[in-house]
Amino acid sequence: MATSWNWGIFLQPTPFGDTTYLGWIWLGFEMTILLALSSGILAFLVGSFFGVLRTLPNRFLAFIGTCYVELFRNVPLIIHLFFWVYAMPMLVPESVRDWLYNDLDPMFFTFLMATIGLGLFTGARICEQVRTAIISIPAGQKNAAIALGLTLRQSYLYIILPNAYRRVLPPLTSEMLNMVKNSAVASTIGYIDLTKQASQLLEHAGRPYESFIAITIGYVIINIAIMLIMQFIEKRVRLPGTIGGKA
Amino acid sequence: MDLDFGQILPNLSYILHGLLLNLEITATTVIFGIIWGTLLAIMRLSSFKVLRWFALGYVNIFRSIPLMMVLLWFYLLVPQLLQAFLDLPATTDTRFISALIAFALFEAAYYSEIIRAGIQSVSKGQISASLALGMTKGQALRMVVLPQAFRIMTPLLLTQGIILFQDTTLIYTLSLADFFYRAVNIVGNRDGLVTEMIIFTGAVYFVICFTVSRLVNYYKKRVTR
Repeated sequence: MATSWNWGIFLQPTPFGDTTYLGWIWLGFEMTILLALSSGILAFLVGSFFGVLRTLPNRFLAFIGTCYVELFRNVPLIIHLFFWVYAMPMLVPESVRDWLYNDLDPMFFTFLMATIGLGLFTGARICEQVRTAIISIPAGQKNAAIALGLTLRQSYLYIILPNAYRRVLPPLTSEMLNMVKNSAVASTIGYIDLTKQASQLLEHAGRPYESFIAITIGYVIINIAIMLIMQFIEKRVRLPGTIGGKA
Repeated sequence: MDLDFGQILPNLSYILHGLLLNLEITATTVIFGIIWGTLLAIMRLSSFKVLRWFALGYVNIFRSIPLMMVLLWFYLLVPQLLQAFLDLPATTDTRFISALIAFALFEAAYYSEIIRAGIQSVSKGQISASLALGMTKGQALRMVVLPQAFRIMTPLLLTQGIILFQDTTLIYTLSLADFFYRAVNIVGNRDGLVTEMIIFTGAVYFVICFTVSRLVNYYKKRVTR
């Protein structure tokens, strides 16, 4: 296998684009973080919206939420991403297609579609966790809120959701970790993330082991960062008087 | 744009044949993943520090790397290892076997976590009772704990199988002619049907996975009743 290591490879210039191989990896690192941030925010918003929707007494609204979750849980991510990049532009009016393909910067277009695809995909999973958390809040809390004269909206905003979101945090952490891992699939639609750079380095640098180790470490660093951030948030929002640690 | 799904029909059997590749990888991985995953779970719970650490390291490493990277890693490693040990000619196509090994070892990490939780959910008294009846630790595990654990976790293992079946689409990146690759890259590109094919493959996956997950739910309700 590895005969001799050559870590100096990262400082050598790349065949095109005025940078070093380390520069390529760094770009991929930044792009992976960027995609994780944007789709993480989208997933959280969409997941929260549909998660609440699924718990509402209105059967029709709950059904819409169920459709969303099933659609995104039963179709592979790569197909979702391909849909947004290659199929969706064909289904919209010509003027919109023109704008997507010609007016938007191609890099930004890929980023936007990757965000939508990965965000909605992850949102379906977060939706389930939000729903589970809301259901796990004893019904007495909601009933008491309604009995006190709060509207349904108020009871969600002031009573149910603040508690539910504290319960969502631990599974949300693992979902965010999954999302970073899933973001690697965006390399198939040409998004220049860490994984895309891994195959670039495989092709051009000629030092596959060093390259792959560096890329893998990049992912591990992002994972650890997310875990630390989520731990910090969990500590900050912990309710006084509850037993720390296990929720 | 007008979609023309009628054009899919003449190519249907060719495309659906690709699904066999996905099913093959899924089936092999589920079987291997459960066996290796069980061993890993037992190691995680064993009293030997070395085994515990090995299993912990194995599971955590595989769980912190994207599947796409694992596929690339094995795409790189497997040919070299095979050539070193089996003396194969350098031109052998090892993409399929690389993907198979990558999936099996990767999924085993996920399966082992499910199985570990399953084993830990069996009440401690069961082991004490088995030992009191004169069974060895191995016998207690094999004949008392594991059968109960597997009964509890079968729905979870099946659900993981559905996720895995969806993940096998990623062999697309190794240009293996699976369902999605045949539909989009071969037929879709050739006949100008990319849009139709993306929607079609999505629909096929949806029907399969939705149906199976409903069956799993039904089974789960029957088991936990």
